[in-house]
Amino acid sequence: MAEATAAIHGEHEETSTGLNNRKLLMWAFLGSDCMFFASLIATYVVYQGKSLKGPFPEDVFSIPITSVSTFVLLMSSMSMVLAYAALRQGSVKSFRIWIFSTAILGMTFLGFQVFEFRDFVHEGLTLKTNLFGTTFFTLTGFHGAHVTLGVIWLLSLGFHSFKGGITPDNHLDVDLAALYWHFVDVVWIIIFTVVYLFGVFPGIN
Amino acid sequence: MAQEPGTEAQGAAVHTGHPTPFTYFKVAMILSAITAVEVGIFYIEDLGKWIIPILVVLSAAKFALVAMFYMHLRYDSRIFTGMFVGGITLAISVTLAILGLFQFFV
Repeated sequence: MAEATAAIHGEHEETSTGLNNRKLLMWAFLGSDCMFFASLIATYVVYQGKSLKGPFPEDVFSIPITSVSTFVLLMSSMSMVLAYAALRQGSVKSFRIWIFSTAILGMTFLGFQVFEFRDFVHEGLTLKTNLFGTTFFTLTGFHGAHVTLGVIWLLSLGFHSFKGGITPDNHLDVDLAALYWHFVDVVWIIIFTVVYLFGVFPGIN
Repeated sequence: MAQEPGTEAQGAAVHTGHPTPFTYFKVAMILSAITAVEVGIFYIEDLGKWIIPILVVLSAAKFALVAMFYMHLRYDSRIFTGMFVGGITLAISVTLAILGLFQFFV
């Protein structure tokens, strides 16, 4: 049975769990990062509607624009998983196409965020303006930092593949980056709902 | 056949292989459709506070789809699932604790 698994995945490890320790560590990190973002989201929710002066969420949020950036990040997750699938199937060329597509989509998402932040500052909302500004910029800023790190990681994998550093045999390097990338995607799924949709829905506030 | 260390865990990891690119594409389309539904529901003001459970369920569905198919938890070792779900459980506990501490539910 174990041999069959190894044959399918090439991931047989001589460890006490039978699993790759790097992958186990990545999942442990992602589990702990859940708590980090949960504390930031909870802080945002606690202070929601408690700002004494504007701008308030309904004054600055643009749901159509944020929906497009959410769509872009979801598509980046698809291209990331296609990059990983291409590498597993032995096509390094396809891997490069998809990994750079993912990085470009990630940069597009960051572009939306920069545009949004710039727009908010022009509306008078900064980190110091009110509780909404403080909690919003802290939460989305940390998420943006995660995305930025992910883009750097993806680009480094893409360029590394030109030097022969990424091959189907060491697909785990890409698997770890993919897990991280999908994680920032699922965190954004929560942020989009809790911060943006709940934040401006007239029936809630 | 002698049992080797980790064999049991490997047994839990046995699966049928990774999905095809077409499956990934279908998941992406479902995720896009759910996002479109979320945004559509957002503009229905008559829903009032009912929008909260509806959007929570929809975003939980998106979260689960990404974790199961794109992060391969459906096909990978249950130990990985346990570590992630454990983290999420603690995260939800942290959230509820903070909300409770600041009397959010009162």
